[in-house]
Amino acid sequence: MSYETINLIDVSKTFDDTLVLDNINLYIRRNEFLTLLGPSGCGKTTTLRIIGGFEEPTTGKVLFEGKDITHVPPYKRKVNTVFQRYALFPHMNVEENIAFGLNIKKISKNIIEEKVKNMLGLVNLRGFEKRTVDSLSGGQQQRVAIARALVNEPEVLLLDEPLGALDLKLRKGMQIELKNIQQKLGITFVYVTHDQEEALTMSDTIVVMNEGHIQQIGSPIDIYNEPKNAFVADFIGESNIVNGIMIEDYVVDFGGYIFRCLDSGFGEKEKVDVVVRPEDIKLVPPEQGMLKGRVLSVIFKGVHYEMMIESNGIIWKVHSTLMEPVDTIVGINIFPDDIHIMKKVMVS
Amino acid sequence: MKKSWVAYPYVVWMIMFIVVPLILIIFYGTVRTTPQGMEFTLEHFKRFFEPLYIMVLVRSLYLAFICTIVCLLLGYPVSMILASKEYRDKKILIFLMVIPMWMNFLLRTYAWLTLLEKNGIINTLISFIGLPKMDLLYNQWAVVLGMVYNFLPFMVLPIYSVLIKIDKSIIEAAEDLGANSRTVFRKVIFPLSLPGVVSGITMVFMPAVTTFVISRLLGGGQFLLIGNLIEELFLKSGEWGFGSALSIIMMILILFSMAIMSRYEKENEGGGLL
Repeated sequence: MSYETINLIDVSKTFDDTLVLDNINLYIRRNEFLTLLGPSGCGKTTTLRIIGGFEEPTTGKVLFEGKDITHVPPYKRKVNTVFQRYALFPHMNVEENIAFGLNIKKISKNIIEEKVKNMLGLVNLRGFEKRTVDSLSGGQQQRVAIARALVNEPEVLLLDEPLGALDLKLRKGMQIELKNIQQKLGITFVYVTHDQEEALTMSDTIVVMNEGHIQQIGSPIDIYNEPKNAFVADFIGESNIVNGIMIEDYVVDFGGYIFRCLDSGFGEKEKVDVVVRPEDIKLVPPEQGMLKGRVLSVIFKGVHYEMMIESNGIIWKVHSTLMEPVDTIVGINIFPDDIHIMKKVMVS
Repeated sequence: MKKSWVAYPYVVWMIMFIVVPLILIIFYGTVRTTPQGMEFTLEHFKRFFEPLYIMVLVRSLYLAFICTIVCLLLGYPVSMILASKEYRDKKILIFLMVIPMWMNFLLRTYAWLTLLEKNGIINTLISFIGLPKMDLLYNQWAVVLGMVYNFLPFMVLPIYSVLIKIDKSIIEAAEDLGANSRTVFRKVIFPLSLPGVVSGITMVFMPAVTTFVISRLLGGGQFLLIGNLIEELFLKSGEWGFGSALSIIMMILILFSMAIMSRYEKENEGGGLL
């Protein structure tokens, strides 16, 4: 059953005459893991704060299970938040922090104790009950913050870049843990991040935002493989974006060669953006290539080599597991599947 | 570790202005001069326990206590307003709060004299609207008023500086977890502001209990406080021994109350009081 938990309808927000969100329309389905992804200042955190009730939209409505909650204060919403810098209560220990929400609801002591114990188990913090908050590491504080929000059994959990302050290894571990928790409890997660890899790893749905606009909504696979515009292509993963001209349907001219592609419906001789992922460029002996190029630089990246190859004045970024030494002349092949044609958009 | 020469001026300063005066006070307080020379005595301390002097101490503590309570009741809301979102950026308000402190203490207290006098500004206004003139001056409430007026900033500033440092996201977290604004105050803001409250109380109570200028001017000399007593012993009757003994007793009392306050503060780190 796909059932919309939260609806944002025509939501706009201005701060001191600056437009931060411009007419956002978004629905969040029950039990999905939705990520708001974008560079800093794109409005993703503001969107989250509007859902949490910490900001009111300048115009537009927020619906929660069909009911208008635009002006409902945060403490009356069935939504809990994990804050960017955890925002734990420094004057309480771990247990008191987690029990805070339950204590306010005047639930009996036994039940609170039981629930707190279960939560500590869920986030792997058994035995930390009486520890003070500032004696915990960043990762542990993060778990307390998650437990403190989840113990209230919210319909929706909002997470504002919760892993931003952790180191890479811990972050990877926490990503998997969070995803597991979400699936185990069946709670809707709305997750804010600027890290595209994190978004791809965890999400069911990704909402790519830029400058207060939604650029694209889709599953990680859709967004990666079929970016809607050059911004999304550039932001999600690495890509080569070059200027091209559509000769006719399924035929595009870029980089000094006429390629076959899968896109149609453009005007004749329309100028377009052509996006090619670095891993989709195949290197072949020069005589077999559609394009010929010279290797400018090679960087070892672990799984693959990243090579910059110059061809007809364009520098292509190529990922390959085989290394071609600098100054070698190589052939470049790009197949129709891997060519993504996008309408030119006026992106400032 | 290399000893830093930078500390020496401070050590010298400490010895000159803290250690030496303390030794002198203890010396005067425990020594009496007899025709044979000087000898150790505790008679000055014994004299303090006469009902007359105990009364002075009790009155001092009582007025200082009232003043501290009033300062707290007035100062806390003021600090909250100053630290609130609406006024946070308006440094001018804090500035206005502090400006009176730049003026001479005596001058400010004299100003109240002209306000409260029998023919002063307030009584003139009162008689103007047809009410009988009141005796506003030379009673203990005038003294308390003068104390509150003079010491209120010492309550507001420490509380304000603690409140303004509370991370806004902590308050949002509490709201998020279901706390309305009253619960947020009771369970989060107030417990987190306790260190400011404690230092505010200390900073108001201590000068209030030892003041002698305010009680002399606004109390008209009818309300002898411990500060006035010490002043008189040193400057008028020349009984330095008893004056020193009283000073030592005051110091012990203040140290004692500070110890209680700091213990109280530690106990409440868990926020369990409320």
